Amino acid sequence: MVCEMETDQTEEMDIEVLSSMWPEDVGGTQADNNQFNVEKPAGDSDTLKEVDIAEKRTMADLKRLPELMNTTDQGSSQLTNLVKQWEYMQDHAVKLLREELKILTKQREEAEAKELKIIEEHNFETQEPENVPVLDDTSHLLRRFKHTKRDALVGSKRVEIDEEFDTVAYWKQKALSLEKMLEASTERERRLIEKLNESLKTMESHSAPVEELTQNLKRAEGFLHFILQNAPIVMGHQDKDLRYLFIYNKFPTLREQDILGKTDVEIFHGGGVKESEDFKREVLEKGKASKREITFETDLFGSKTFLIYVEPVYNKAREKIGINYMGMEVTDQVRKREKMAKLREDNAVRKAMESELNKTIHITEETMRAKQMLATMSHEIRSPLSGVVGMAEILSTTRLDKEQRQLLNVMISSGDLVLQLINDILDLSKVESGVMRLEATKFRPREVVKHVLQTAAASLKKDLTLEGNITDEVPIEVVGDVLRIRQILTNLISNAIKFTHEGKVGIKLKVISQPSFASEEQNGLTETETSVWIRCDVYDTGIGIPENALPCLFKKYMQASADHARKYGGTGLGLAICKQLVELMGGQLTVTSQVNAGSTFTFILPYKVATSDDHSDDQDFSDMVDHHQAEPDDTTEGYFQFKPLLGTIYSNGGPVIGNSNFLPHKVMLTSPLKIINGFVADTSNNTGQSETAQVENGCGYMDETCSGQRPESVNQYENGTCPSKETESCSSSSQASSEGGALEMESDLTVSSKQPKLLLVEDNKINIMVAKSMMKQLGYTFDIANNGVEAITAIKDTSYDLVLMDVCMPVLDGLKATRLIRSYEESGNWDAAIEAGVDIKTSENDVHSTNRLPIIAMTANTLAESSEECYANGMDSFISKPVTLQKLKECLRQYLH
Amino acid sequence: MDTLVAQLQRQFRDYTISLYHQGFLDDQFTELKKLQDECSPDFVAEVVSLFFEDCEKLIGNMARALDQTGNVDFNLVGSSVHQLKGSSSSVGAKRVKGLCITFKECCDSQNFEGCVRCLQQVDIEYKSLKAKLQDLFNLEQQIVQAGGRIPQVDI
Repeated sequence: MVCEMETDQTEEMDIEVLSSMWPEDVGGTQADNNQFNVEKPAGDSDTLKEVDIAEKRTMADLKRLPELMNTTDQGSSQLTNLVKQWEYMQDHAVKLLREELKILTKQREEAEAKELKIIEEHNFETQEPENVPVLDDTSHLLRRFKHTKRDALVGSKRVEIDEEFDTVAYWKQKALSLEKMLEASTERERRLIEKLNESLKTMESHSAPVEELTQNLKRAEGFLHFILQNAPIVMGHQDKDLRYLFIYNKFPTLREQDILGKTDVEIFHGGGVKESEDFKREVLEKGKASKREITFETDLFGSKTFLIYVEPVYNKAREKIGINYMGMEVTDQVRKREKMAKLREDNAVRKAMESELNKTIHITEETMRAKQMLATMSHEIRSPLSGVVGMAEILSTTRLDKEQRQLLNVMISSGDLVLQLINDILDLSKVESGVMRLEATKFRPREVVKHVLQTAAASLKKDLTLEGNITDEVPIEVVGDVLRIRQILTNLISNAIKFTHEGKVGIKLKVISQPSFASEEQNGLTETETSVWIRCDVYDTGIGIPENALPCLFKKYMQASADHARKYGGTGLGLAICKQLVELMGGQLTVTSQVNAGSTFTFILPYKVATSDDHSDDQDFSDMVDHHQAEPDDTTEGYFQFKPLLGTIYSNGGPVIGNSNFLPHKVMLTSPLKIINGFVADTSNNTGQSETAQVENGCGYMDETCSGQRPESVNQYENGTCPSKETESCSSSSQASSEGGALEMESDLTVSSKQPKLLLVEDNKINIMVAKSMMKQLGYTFDIANNGVEAITAIKDTSYDLVLMDVCMPVLDGLKATRLIRSYEESGNWDAAIEAGVDIKTSENDVHSTNRLPIIAMTANTLAESSEECYANGMDSFISKPVTLQKLKECLRQYLH
Repeated sequence: MDTLVAQLQRQFRDYTISLYHQGFLDDQFTELKKLQDECSPDFVAEVVSLFFEDCEKLIGNMARALDQTGNVDFNLVGSSVHQLKGSSSSVGAKRVKGLCITFKECCDSQNFEGCVRCLQQVDIEYKSLKAKLQDLFNLEQQIVQAGGRIPQVDI
């Protein structure tokens, strides 16, 4: 219908145009019409119809009508032809277009399919990561990218065509636009492929972070698992009544059903449980989370410390409904911490102690220095002072008038006092600084007591009786430091005399059992040695000591009172020294006293008992006894008494004393046996001897200055002047003596027929001189070598019985010389000596003896190491220097028989 | 006359004791005294004078050795000290001996100052001992001249 109208319209318009322009040629017109009609097909047909009506109304040209009619018919058929032709052409064109469209559609479909395929491929590739939640961002991007792509596709599908549908122009236009779309599509396709490639590339680059993140995720996952599974913590949730609702325990000791619904107190027993319960309750009440360390001491898991964190739990209405709690075992840490704290504390204490110690050391050092200075000063003072005293003493030998002599006496006694004080200080500082060494020598206690008393009596200016009493069980000889013991006794006696104005002063000795204060280690004696404890009392009938003064009696520089100090003088050091000495020897010094009745100082000391076959070392006394039989009593006598000596120079030249006064000075013998002994001894000595003594006695009687010791001293002296004679007499007398063993040996020694050959190797002239004199006394002669080389030469030529060898000599010392001599004895030749550089001329008449020659070392050091060295070098024995007659005698006795 | 002898004897005894107490002499001197007999009446005096000669000589040696400033042969000094120690020990010169021990230590530790000090002290000490013994012998002589006997002194 539309098509018809179009045709009409075209016809109307074509009238004028046709008439002028349209050629007759149908073909040509057809082509032209066709062309025009395409331009305005629809509009013309409508207009034609309307024109038809209008023409009828107006006027009609009848003449022209048949013509027109004819033409119209012609035209109509022509038109119909044309229409048919056009329709055919149209159909043909449509057909062509349709075909083309079909191809296009097909192509598009193919393209779309291709695209879809690519997208699908793409989708497939990205499918996996899309599911990874961690990659949310990435997948998001991907999705967005996909969206935009789709939008673009859809948008391009819309084809806008302005032309009327189904017209040629329309189709043309559509074809054109489709072509364009195709082009665009192809272009898009190309781009897509490009993009796809690009995207594929990016996909590749994207995959790396994905993997990394996956790993991260896995680690995070593992970490969470670790925490949950391995955390050494206990987590729990408890309700208001502190009953467990939930618990997580890494180290479950109880099953859940044992815990849930119960409180701590119901579950455990022991230390800490209550505390933790209270703590939880506190947190619940206060509503504030808190931490606390609690040590549990339960049967369930022993002693463990937990760090507990508790926080309250609220519901929505802000009401407390329970607590969460978390506990971690920190036992080890707490222990470590405690250890650290303890260490720190110890450190602090140690530091404090250290500083304290340093202070003490400092003080001690200061004290030591002060003492050292005191000692040095004392020593320094002593030397000039002894000069002063000495000069004063020499001065007193010159002619002086009475007053001068008095002054001089005061001077001397003052000087002596100062000397004594200084000696005391030196002694004290020696004891205190541990420098003082004790010597062990054999001595006879009776003799010591007697001598102390004698000495005291000699200077006695008071009317006092001095007595000594020694019980029988006290051994004749004991071993101890006799000098120190004498010092103590002298000190105590002079003290006693000082504070006693009338009556008596005495010494009492007796053996006691081992006192309680002494242990074996203390006195230094081993079980095998026979030791004896001797108690010595020094008593007086003096002024006594008040009880309150007793404690400070033994303190240095202290006297019982200031009054006493003024009245009696003295340094106050004496008793302190005595006490220290006694303690040094392992004993004890005590005192008992009664005011105006007297005091008794008692010291108890351990001594070793000297074995009887040993020879006494104590040359002071025993030598005299051995040699001079005049006082055999000393060894066993038990009682001595010394009466005051009046009229001595000390009492300012009093009246001449009578014989009766003098006699008591002689030792009073209590034991009858001893008297007999003494008597026998005396008489068995030659009579001339005793006569001399008597002469001397008489002399002493006349002499007002003669002391109590006088008779003995004279005897001794007399004996000393003719030793050879005396020794013989000794030997005879000793037969009768009860203790003559040692003496007998001496006499044997003296009378031994064969004169032994001795060699003294010594470089010191004085030593040689002294030794010579001693040997002469003992009845020997000897050869002298001045050094080791001379000794070897002498030994090579002469056969000696004994060699006395100094250790330290020039050229060749004693030790080396001895080694060479021993080497000769072993090898029979002097090669070793020659090798050592000793010039030896071997000759035919060399004495060859393979007997071991006794070699006695003479060494200045008595130290054990030195003696060991002597033995190590082949010496047989040693004599410590200075050589004494006694030592020499003993040594010769040992090696010459 | 007897009074004088007794007085001299007492003085002799006291003086001897003082020498012991003051540490000038020790028991070795007593030993020497015991060795003196009729056959050798001046034995002690002889030994002692020999000792003092020895002292003088040794001290001279030591002084010379110590005078070599910066080049002191301590061994040389030490051997002299050793000699002196032996001699003093033999005659019982206690103080000299004691000093010698210290002196020896100083030598061993090469303590120059100490050595010099010790040398001075030894010098002083032996001279004072010499003077004292001289006095003692004078006293002895006086006693003998006065017709008395030399008393035996117990220490």
